[in-house]
Amino acid sequence: MSMIIVDRRSNPKGKSLANRQRFIRRAKEQILRAVNGASSSRRIKDVESGADIAIPTGGIAEPTFRRSAQGGIRDHVVPGNKEFMEGDTIAKPPGGAGGGRGNEGSADGGGEDEFRFVLTREEFMDLFMEDLELPDLAKRKLKAADAVLWQRAGYSVSGSPTNLNLVRTMRNSLSRRIALKRPKSDEMLALEAEIAELEAHPGQDPDRLMALRGLLERQVLRAKRIPYIDPIDVRYNRFTAIPKPAAQAVMFCLMDVSGSMTEHMKDLAKRFFMLLYLFLTRRYKQVEVVFIRHTHEAEEVDEDTFFHSTETGGTMVSTALEEMKRIIKERYPVSDWNIYGAQASDGDNTTSDGGRTAALLQNDLLPACQYYAYVEVGSDPDAMPAGFATHARETDLWRTYKQVTGTETPFVMKKVRHRREIYPVFRELFARDGAKQTEEATP
Amino acid sequence: MTPATADRLKKPAHKAEPGEKAPPPDDSRLLYTGADWDYDTIKRCHDAIQDIALNELGLDVYPNQIEVITSEQMLDAYASIGMPLLYRHWSFGKHFARDEAMYRRGMRGLAYEIVINSSPCISYIMEENSITMQALVIAHAAFGHNHFFKNNYLFQQWTDAEGILGYLDFAKSYIARCEERYGQQLVERTLDAAHALMNQGIHRYPRRRLDLQSEARREQERHEMQRQLYNDLWRTVPAKKGQKAPSDEERRRALLDLPEENILYFLEKKAPRLANWQREVLRIVRHVAQYFSPQRQTKVMNEGCATYTHYRIMTRLHETGRISDGAYLEFLHSHTAVVFQPAFDDPRYSGINPYALGFAMMQDIERIATNPTEEDRAWFPGYAGSGDAMAALRDAWANYRDESFILQYLSPHLMRKMRLFHLHDDSDESVYRVNAIHDERGYRRVRQQLAAQYDFSSLDPDIQIADVDLAGDRRLILEHRVQNGVLLAEEDAKSVLQHVANLWGYDVMLVENDNDGKTLRKLTVPARTVLLAE
Repeated sequence: MSMIIVDRRSNPKGKSLANRQRFIRRAKEQILRAVNGASSSRRIKDVESGADIAIPTGGIAEPTFRRSAQGGIRDHVVPGNKEFMEGDTIAKPPGGAGGGRGNEGSADGGGEDEFRFVLTREEFMDLFMEDLELPDLAKRKLKAADAVLWQRAGYSVSGSPTNLNLVRTMRNSLSRRIALKRPKSDEMLALEAEIAELEAHPGQDPDRLMALRGLLERQVLRAKRIPYIDPIDVRYNRFTAIPKPAAQAVMFCLMDVSGSMTEHMKDLAKRFFMLLYLFLTRRYKQVEVVFIRHTHEAEEVDEDTFFHSTETGGTMVSTALEEMKRIIKERYPVSDWNIYGAQASDGDNTTSDGGRTAALLQNDLLPACQYYAYVEVGSDPDAMPAGFATHARETDLWRTYKQVTGTETPFVMKKVRHRREIYPVFRELFARDGAKQTEEATP
Repeated sequence: MTPATADRLKKPAHKAEPGEKAPPPDDSRLLYTGADWDYDTIKRCHDAIQDIALNELGLDVYPNQIEVITSEQMLDAYASIGMPLLYRHWSFGKHFARDEAMYRRGMRGLAYEIVINSSPCISYIMEENSITMQALVIAHAAFGHNHFFKNNYLFQQWTDAEGILGYLDFAKSYIARCEERYGQQLVERTLDAAHALMNQGIHRYPRRRLDLQSEARREQERHEMQRQLYNDLWRTVPAKKGQKAPSDEERRRALLDLPEENILYFLEKKAPRLANWQREVLRIVRHVAQYFSPQRQTKVMNEGCATYTHYRIMTRLHETGRISDGAYLEFLHSHTAVVFQPAFDDPRYSGINPYALGFAMMQDIERIATNPTEEDRAWFPGYAGSGDAMAALRDAWANYRDESFILQYLSPHLMRKMRLFHLHDDSDESVYRVNAIHDERGYRRVRQQLAAQYDFSSLDPDIQIADVDLAGDRRLILEHRVQNGVLLAEEDAKSVLQHVANLWGYDVMLVENDNDGKTLRKLTVPARTVLLAE
């Protein structure tokens, strides 16, 4: 009997993709919740990796008619009897469950409390950004991997028809035709005209007519043998991908950590920092992050401390700006680094500190920065009783910074009370980048 | 959704060592050396295995098709219940996501192979396995399972090996077309509902074929007959005592073919508000369920047959010097891991391993046929000492399913060897009772109980469509015949009933009755209109 071996290894991969997309759409709500949970617990620099996600089985259960695990009479035949005789009794373990049945977990995972699986980077980013309500353009930009520029790089002998270089091709063709002495078309025409002339007056010069006819025949044959354009003439424009100019950037995260900052506010701040980080990693090969927290004094800390410990004390924003200025001076010379500042605060500041803060920002930091964003985080409007939510008084810091805003300064400030309000802070940043890209696209 | 029913030979947690590197110099008969495989070695192995399988064991198989796939494709294949050609549905994506996560964490090995009951019989083998494993898989799947698929009466009766691949192809494109035309969501909901009822979508007994059209024609003929024979005088003849005219209720039930245990079939044919394409979707799911139902009923036998076959073949290859000692040890390592049966008090115990039980029973049959004891002769006079083990085995493989096979063939010798005993668990008592053990008094009872575990009634609860309230609110009434006082799990039952109600289009009630007809519980679910297409 004959046997057939088929190699399926080269079949297209990701055949399960369609099923996976259906699954993620189905479980979107739970996954979204899990993604939000995951993004608040992960480090800013890890925002881009995939995620191990656990979601409750509730919405994605596949119910069947099955017998309850409790009650009734059950009979089991089990192997490995060592000591029992007929009629023996065995005390049930407390809690009721037991016997052989408990181990028969259903294969569809119905018995598990949580459903664990892995989200890819793409999927994670998709869901992470969905909640931030980024516009599509911005999403595309953040999701894109390392951008490349296509640059002309000489000519090649193969390529797609659209890249055909006509001038080069024709030049090669011409030189080849000259080298191989392919008869030119006007010479042929002249020859034909002369033959016609001689034929019109028969008997004038029969020898010459014969010679000319022979010549014409040879020339026609030659023209046939030597094509007008030969494949070896054809040249295409060659393009090569070069990575976009990459540079380094440093991102300063400044946050007020005094007692008035709630967990919700910190979560908003974290997302704000994450988004800026994502944006920067798209534009720069290397992005460093510096965390500065402040109360009435400021210090540089690691990420954990930054988000998870509270300090007591007053609030003096200028100390943080001072610290940032110091670090820039020490470690990040303006000539080598693109500097981005991101500050989150609930807006409290000691009133007497206002002038100093404004001056520091205006005179020292903004000239050094590519971009400086300030978000004033507030309580969740959805969680507030109606009537309170709209109450918004201008805070000290807000008033201070308002003096700084001008059309030419790279400075944005924004009040944010919900995740969906974070993106507008970056609008200008994305817009600027987008404009630049469209300029590049139309030479 | 049915748990995956395609066969999977599990990989042990740790990887088998590859075979010996250096071959003994004198061996020209070896089929291969080392661990690597290529098409030639696979072909050579297949031919050698085929020779043993057909000529020595007398197996009868469909033509074989062996497909080499990657581990990702393997994951993919068994996410969709072992059928790589199945239609698209989110639940397969879910299984894939879970399996993949577990595989990546190393919590689960991959199956070595998947085999499809089709003609030609398709076996999938994974590229990263060693040649010894490939030979094992070929012996196990391409000959063991293949023989079972072709010869067992359940498969012959209920599956169409020639047609299944074409049918799945049709199903896939049909459902894709429906998604395009009616929207993914509606198709998905229909499939969800159908999947929830998959285990209740199986015909268990061959049925006479009747469709609505011929039923209507017969009805018309009856009517015509009555009209022709009508005579008003008959009305005046007094009716015999005790012979009542069938009531409306009985007539209605007869007309609707009630009671009906195939719920999917009933809904497909008789649910009033379904669109035609939805009926076709139910039909597809029902056909897939029906196709897999023999595999659910023959797990022990099927695996026993395949495992016994691969064991015989590999051993024979070794005896005849076709594979090296190292390769044989590698094979034994995998084989013993597959047929390992932990005792009930072992932390690794998770029920009776069908590979272990099946393999042990097949070996036991071989022993009884060739080398019986007095006890065996008394218990199995039919074939004890017949000398032809393969004839006895082939007969068993062809004519039984798990339940009847155990009832017929489980020997006292094996019960003693496995130390089987029967544990009785009554939720009203504070103790388990040992009702029977592997001794003279207990053999028959242990065997009966074990066989009962593999019966239909243990696999799935007995749920039937009992009646439809046609005169009233068209409520569909389902009856669960409760065995041993074990009710349905309520949350799941409600969710499934919701699916039934959505398909039926009107309210649905499930009544759980015990054997005496006493009602233990009633669940009622109102219909939602989520399945109605505009």
